[in-house]
Amino acid sequence: MSVTSQPALAPVKDLGVAARLGRRRKRVDLIIRSLSLAATGIGLVLLASILITLFVKGFGAMNLSVFTEVTRPPGSDGGLLNAIIGSLIQVALATLVGTPIGMLVGTFLAEYSRGSRFGEVVRFVSDILLSAPSILIGLFVYQLLVLPFGGFSGWAGVAALAIIIIPIVVRTTEDMLSLVPNTLREAVIGLGAPKWKMIVLVSWRSAISGIITGVLLGIARIAGETAPLLFTSLGNNAFSTDLSAPMPSLPITIYSYAGSPFQDWIELAWAGALIITLAVLLLNIGARSLLRSGK
Amino acid sequence: MSDSAMDNRTATTRPGLGTMQARSGAALNEAKLAIRDLSFYYGANKALKNIHLDIPARQVTGMIGPSGCGKSTLLRVLNRMYSLYPGQRAEGEVLLDGENIIADTIDLNELRSKVGMVFQKPTPFPMTIYENIAFGVRLHEQLSKSAMDERVEWALTRAALWTEAKDRLNSSAMGMSGGQQQRLCIARTIAVRPEVILFDEPTSALDPISTLKIEELIDELKRDFTIAIVTHNMQQAARCADQVAFFYLGELIEVAPAGQLFTAPKHPKTQEYITGRFG
Repeated sequence: MSVTSQPALAPVKDLGVAARLGRRRKRVDLIIRSLSLAATGIGLVLLASILITLFVKGFGAMNLSVFTEVTRPPGSDGGLLNAIIGSLIQVALATLVGTPIGMLVGTFLAEYSRGSRFGEVVRFVSDILLSAPSILIGLFVYQLLVLPFGGFSGWAGVAALAIIIIPIVVRTTEDMLSLVPNTLREAVIGLGAPKWKMIVLVSWRSAISGIITGVLLGIARIAGETAPLLFTSLGNNAFSTDLSAPMPSLPITIYSYAGSPFQDWIELAWAGALIITLAVLLLNIGARSLLRSGK
Repeated sequence: MSDSAMDNRTATTRPGLGTMQARSGAALNEAKLAIRDLSFYYGANKALKNIHLDIPARQVTGMIGPSGCGKSTLLRVLNRMYSLYPGQRAEGEVLLDGENIIADTIDLNELRSKVGMVFQKPTPFPMTIYENIAFGVRLHEQLSKSAMDERVEWALTRAALWTEAKDRLNSSAMGMSGGQQQRLCIARTIAVRPEVILFDEPTSALDPISTLKIEELIDELKRDFTIAIVTHNMQQAARCADQVAFFYLGELIEVAPAGQLFTAPKHPKTQEYITGRFG
C-alpha cells in the first residue's frame, strides 16, 4: 500500500523486449508442435503397419471354410467354427454375469457410499482388479474352479472373463453416474421419491448410454483375452457347447496355431486374429456412436 | 392470468431500488411453517444461527441476503433435502402444521410430497413432458389413465404451459426452452399437490420474459399454496413477496411485511443491503 501522493507513472512498454519474447514463444511453439507431430507419426506408423499386415495376411487366409469347418489336424482343411462359437458363448455368458454385478457395484459407489470409508476401499480394490495381470485371474479361477472340480471347463473360462469385465463396468458405471448432476437427483428426491426409484428412473436413465458404452468396451477387452483362458477353459479341438468340458476359443486357438510349424495353421491364426480385430473394431465404433447419440 | 394483472405488470416499468414499489403491508396469515430456534451445521460449520421465523399460509415469503448468508440452506431444511448428505444436520424445531419435521421419525417421502421444491436451474427428467409430470404423481397416488391425463393438463395449465405443451406431451422435455423447462418443473411440483412450495432462485438462469412469467405464476399460485422463495433480486422480492426476511452471515436480521422492509427497514444492515451498499 503506497502512501506517496504522487500520481503513478504509466508503465512504459519496451517494444524490443516484447518482440524478442514473441520470437521466443514462436520458437518454443515450433519445437513442441514438431515433437507432438513426430510422436503421433510414430504411433500411427506402428498401428498402421500392424493393421496392414493383419489385413493382408488375414484376408489372404480368409475363406468360407474358416466359418464352416472345425479345427482339424494340420493339412486337413480345418476352420475355426468351434473356436468362434466357443468364444461367443464364453464372452456372452461372462458379460451376462459380469454386467449386472459391475453395474450394481458402480451404483453402490456412486449413489450410496459417497465419502464413506468402505466405498473408498471398494473403489481401490476394483481399480486394482482393473489393472491386474489377467494371467493372475486365470490362475485364481484355476485354483477356485478347475482343481476342485477335477478339470478344465467352459464355466471356469466364463468365470475368469466375468472377473475381468466386472471392474471395467464398475468404473464406467461410477464415472457415468457421477456425471449425472446432483440437482437432478435432488429434483427427484424433492418430489418425494424413494432413493431406489431415483436411481432406477433417473440416474440410470441419464447415464445408460455411457454405461452401455463401458459394457461394449469391456466385451471388446475380454473377447481378445488369452491368458485367463489358458488355465480355465483350456481349448478344445472338437466342436463343443458343453460348458462343463474344456471349451475352444479364438484367442487360445490363435495362440497355439500361430506358434505351430504348420503353414495352414498359421494362416488360420491370421484369419482368427483378423476376425477378433474386426469384432473389437465394430464394438468400439458401436460404443462411440452410442455415446455420441446419448449426448 | 387475468388481463388486468398483465397490464399492471407491463405498464409499470421496472422500478429502481429507490422508488421500489412493494406490496402494501397487508396483514399476514397464520403460520403454515413455524421455525423455532433453528441452527444448521455443515460438519462443524454453523451455517444458520438460532432462526425464528413464521412462514404465513397462502402467502409468499421472500428470503434475501448476500451469497452465503444461509437463505438457501434454510430452504433446504424445510423439505429435509439436507438429509441426503451425511455431515449436515439441523437442531431446533420446524413445525409444519404443528408437527416437527426436523425429527428423525418423520417420513421424508411424505414430507416432500407436502413440501415441494423448484430449483435454480431447470431440472427436467430425461423423459417425455407427460412422463415428467406423471412421475411425481405416481409416487403418491394411483390414478386411472384418464385421471392422470386430467392431472397433467391441470398442472400444465396452472403452470401456464398447457397451450405450449399440449401438442408435444409425448416428446422429450429436454427439447424445451429454459423458461419452458422451469415452468414444467413448477407443473411437476404442483401436480403432486403439495401444501408448501419452495423456490430456490427460480429465475436466476432465465431471461427477463421467462422471469416475468414465473413471477406472475408465483403470484397466481399463492391462492392455493404457501410459498417461500429465495432470491438474489430485490425487485423480485418486492414484486412477489408478502413478507420478506433478510439474512446475513447465518442470522435472520430482520423480517417484516414487504412494504415495510423495503421502505422502512429497522436494522441498519438491512438498510445497507437494500440500498446496495454491500452484497
